[in-house]
Amino acid sequence: MRISVTVDGTKYDDDVEPRTLLVHYLREQLGKTGTVVGCDTSNCGACTVHLDGHSVKSCSVLAVQADGCEVNTIEGLERDGQLHPMQQAFHDNHALQCGFCTPGMIMQSLDLLADNPNPNEHEVREGLEGNLCRCTGYQNIVRAVQDAAGKMSPGAGPEVERVANEVAGRHSARTPVSSGGE
Amino acid sequence: MIPAAFDYTAPSTVEEAVGALAEAGEDAKVLGGGQSLLPVLRMRLAAPTTLIDLGKVAELRGVREDGGALVIGAMTTHYDVQRDPLVQQHAALLARATDTVADPQVRHRGTFGGSIAHADPAGDLLAPALAMDTEMVIAGQGGRRTVAAADFFVDYFTTALEPDELLVEVRVPKHTGWHAHYEKFNRVAQAWSIVAVAATVRVEGTSIAEARVGLTNMAATPVRAHAVENALVGAPATPEAIRAAAAHAAEGTSPTSDGNADADYRQHLARTLTGRAVTAAVSG
Ligand SMILES: Cc1cc2nc3c(=O)[nH]c(=O)nc-3n(C[C@H](O)[C@H](O)[C@H](O)COP(=O)(O)OP(=O)(O)OC[C@H]3O[C@@H](n4cnc5c(N)ncnc54)[C@H](O)[C@@H]3O)c2cc1C
Ligand code: FES
Ligand code: FES
Repeated sequence: MRISVTVDGTKYDDDVEPRTLLVHYLREQLGKTGTVVGCDTSNCGACTVHLDGHSVKSCSVLAVQADGCEVNTIEGLERDGQLHPMQQAFHDNHALQCGFCTPGMIMQSLDLLADNPNPNEHEVREGLEGNLCRCTGYQNIVRAVQDAAGKMSPGAGPEVERVANEVAGRHSARTPVSSGGE
Repeated sequence: MIPAAFDYTAPSTVEEAVGALAEAGEDAKVLGGGQSLLPVLRMRLAAPTTLIDLGKVAELRGVREDGGALVIGAMTTHYDVQRDPLVQQHAALLARATDTVADPQVRHRGTFGGSIAHADPAGDLLAPALAMDTEMVIAGQGGRRTVAAADFFVDYFTTALEPDELLVEVRVPKHTGWHAHYEKFNRVAQAWSIVAVAATVRVEGTSIAEARVGLTNMAATPVRAHAVENALVGAPATPEAIRAAAAHAAEGTSPTSDGNADADYRQHLARTLTGRAVTAAVSG
């Protein structure tokens, strides 16, 4: 089946089998291996990407379901060699060890901040409920998300704000909640 | 793992979807949000020949008012249900239960109708649907029919839906001004309910005027705790009176024993969680 998808700002037209999972399309057809597969049960969240501005587990979406949609992955976050503030915060706070969960953690953390720009510790933990980490014990991940929230807030400095705004801009496509559109 | 091959079609109206389902025969499956079906296909526990994706059927999404009821489209996502102002105002119990479903990513894709049609006994939206006396609107080749929640849930993963029928929308009688709480007992993040209790009450002054209580995972289908409801009506909204009423929660139930809990422990949980749910509801 023919699909047309915009991934990290670039438009792709491709033939896919209906059974192709979005994560396999990203990794194997587009070569975007930054998004990883960590489980067979839709639990780990390592494969998290944004589909039309909302986080999804890309192992639990068919590529054909993304036809006509915009997909953003971990590979689209840095700008001109500069890490996104969320990536930088994970680095600064030692929020990764093996790093396998990190692409999904970062994408889900950005989704959380789009809904709640200043989450408390409990809200960060709830927001990351769908992402599992076998290494860190989560403490430093929670710290990193709160650090990034502070740095991405208005007044945090021109460069950080520019990058943060670009990401936030993608979320402006979010629908009002009761209109029934997506 | 990768699912077995299937044909895929994405109709844009309910009529087209019903037609596609009839044409594809009994090995076809409807794809809602895919958050239960795609994991099953990945494990190759099912291999439908055709998937009929409802994702492009705009009329199946959203929440509207129709007199004394809210009408929730089958394809309305958990995320949209949680935040919908009409749901908050007229069906708070559904919003509170939906908050506990899975995780944010799954709630962005998974749908209210998909959960109801899937009818997993541990699913968190079945007991609220039963407790609030909702009605399921079903479309098939012969037109539409409506089935009350009490008749809709038939057995484990089995509903009144025929293989060639779709769940179109759910009609929820307005419970405007009712207090609500969903008390879910599980052990780890993302886990399904071992037992959970859906409670919604209307308080007048200092006493309970009306009460609806539904139990999750106490049987193959959701269960209504009528004895608790009857004991609550007219009772003062105090912890002692609520605890006395909650003592009836397990009456008439015969839950299963499994790796998560023995039957008698499930009955204990039903009583304890009912007390907590009603107490939280009246004070919330
Ligand atoms: C990690 C994880 C954790 C979860 N935890 C919970 C939890 O704690 N509590 C909970 O309640 N749920 C949980 N779920 C399930 C989730 O709520 C699903 O969204 C829901 O069970 C199914 O909805 P869906 O729209 O994704 O349906 P699908 O997966 O698309 O479909 C499920 C079934 O329903 C049928 N179907 C779907 N829509 C219709 C329709 N309109 N008409 C007729 N048939 C239809 C399909 O053919 C299929 O058989 C979890 C899922 C995951 C992946
Ligand atoms: S790979 Fe584990 S949730 Fe997608
Ligand atoms: S850093 Fe290893 S899984 Fe999270």
